[in-house]
Amino acid sequence: MKKTSFIFIVLSLLALIAGAIFGALAGIQYVKPDFLKEVIAFNKMRPFHVSTVLGWIILCSTGGIYYYITEVLKLNLFSKKLAGVHLVLFILCAIAIYVSFATGKMGGREYFAYAPIISLPILFGWILFGINYFKTVVKQIKGWPVYLWMWGTGIAFMIYHLGETNFWMIPYFRENFIKDFTIQWKSYGSLAGCWNMLVYGTAIFLMSRIKNDDNIGKGKKAFFFYFLGLFNLMLGWAHHTYIVPTQPWVRFLSYGVSMTEWIILISIIIDWKKSLSAEKKKLNNMSYKFLMATDFWVFFNLIVALLISIPYINLFTHGTHITVAHSMGTTIGINTTILLASVFYIVNLEDKVQLNKHIKILKLGYWVFNISLGVFLTCLLLGGVEKSVWMYFTDKPSSFGQMQDKIQPYMYVFLTAGFGLLIGILIVASPMLNILVRKYKHST
Amino acid sequence: MIALVAMFAIYNVIVYTQGTSNSTPKMSEKALKGEQLYQENNCTACHQFYGLGGYLGPDLTNIISNKYKGPTYVNAFLNSGIKSMPQFNFTEEEKDALVQFLTEVDQTGYYPIKDAEKEANGWVRIKYKNQ
Ligand code: HEC
Repeated sequence: MKKTSFIFIVLSLLALIAGAIFGALAGIQYVKPDFLKEVIAFNKMRPFHVSTVLGWIILCSTGGIYYYITEVLKLNLFSKKLAGVHLVLFILCAIAIYVSFATGKMGGREYFAYAPIISLPILFGWILFGINYFKTVVKQIKGWPVYLWMWGTGIAFMIYHLGETNFWMIPYFRENFIKDFTIQWKSYGSLAGCWNMLVYGTAIFLMSRIKNDDNIGKGKKAFFFYFLGLFNLMLGWAHHTYIVPTQPWVRFLSYGVSMTEWIILISIIIDWKKSLSAEKKKLNNMSYKFLMATDFWVFFNLIVALLISIPYINLFTHGTHITVAHSMGTTIGINTTILLASVFYIVNLEDKVQLNKHIKILKLGYWVFNISLGVFLTCLLLGGVEKSVWMYFTDKPSSFGQMQDKIQPYMYVFLTAGFGLLIGILIVASPMLNILVRKYKHST
Repeated sequence: MIALVAMFAIYNVIVYTQGTSNSTPKMSEKALKGEQLYQENNCTACHQFYGLGGYLGPDLTNIISNKYKGPTYVNAFLNSGIKSMPQFNFTEEEKDALVQFLTEVDQTGYYPIKDAEKEANGWVRIKYKNQ
């Protein structure tokens, strides 16, 4: 089973690198509109980037979950064959998605720009994963720690909401633009909630292992936050659509639900104070180090997310780069740091000696990654403020092009920081890829 | 657990029906054809409706009713290949369908809403068309 988990993780790291390269190229197109326009125009480059980095998040969390339940929790997987089929299916889907973009046969729904038919095998892959996961865990573990609930919830809801993203093919939805558009964003908001369940579950699992404290995944508080997350996954999506003319209660409910996340913020601050004397010796552990970075980015992102979920503020930030700062901040700052911590944890278990040989360069990569991300997000926030001022606070209307020229300087720094991120990722991911590939050859 | 699933199911059904109900008429065949073109060419990579979409191009929600722009302007823009916008080769019929799609989207509401009513609890009352 190790082999299957390793392939998932190796592919995910390759996707991370490729996704960052697509991102950097798309970034060049932001400042130089003619760059590669004839070969891969931005309307193709963007889906290449988005689908590949989503692939990173999905494949890495999936590979991690397979590895943790079989190698760390030592459960007997219900069916190795099913896991193999799941893997092959996802690889075939990835190929099909790239072919769909390259040939321009696109479905063109944001984030799901590939030919819609590919959704079917993807959905099927998730169902297989679900069967395997629940059949494995339900029988062998009584009194699930919270991370097992989170993984299970993530998989189950993923199946539902992936289906929901395709409702547009049903005339009832498609014929009514507002309905279709709203349900599209409902499904996207909830899908992000689903992969967050997979990724945050991984974070809690890692914390309980690194600190060697099983209670981290148990107890009232852990489950309170689980339910809070679930509640937000199910009902919080409408904060993406505050200005779309649907019935007000849908959006108002979302406003209320989104505001419950202040509890998370306050709890983090309290916990932080408590752990100020944190054991420094763990700082040599790359997995721990990346989780500390997660902590920082969670703090930053939660503040941004909470503020822009207040409709009054959202009115001005919506549709600007501030929203991008939020989505990049969470997918890179939170999801990616947790998943890198997860890969480090696994590589450390597999070959500590090799990993330690690279520790200096890895630390360098860590700082390049985090500092670049800080600059990257700052540029987006500043660019967003400019756009908002252009949209809402200028009397004489200037053209979109003039506004874009105005934020161009930020975009140059943004692009440079994007390349910084790519370099940071390369530095961190390459040694791990190397070790994992070598281990793969020797594992069963 | 069963109660939670049941509640979620009911919530979803209400959102799919009443929660997203609105008084805009059904999209015409021609507009649906236009929407399909919009998707197949992934215009959303650059353009937005209601502020949702890509950031490289302008929001298109109210471009048809914009007194400085409108259908003729849009029609002329589509195959222009200006700036980062790809060089499309739409036929007249396809351009018509795209314009029709944008026209029917325009009828669904307003964006950006410059004079939304703001309330003390942070809530914002948006403006509706067709009411
Ligand atoms: C690669 C990015 C990109 C793609 C893809 C793209 N556009 Fe554009 N589009 C732009 C940019 C940039 C402008 C603004 C040019 C300017 O005035 O500075 C624009 C302008 C427009 C305008 C005029 C808007 C205005 O307010 O003046 C319309 C209409 C339009 N695009 C429609 C479309 C349609 C329909 C598609 C898909 C078939 C599409 N575009 C695909 C980048 C893109």
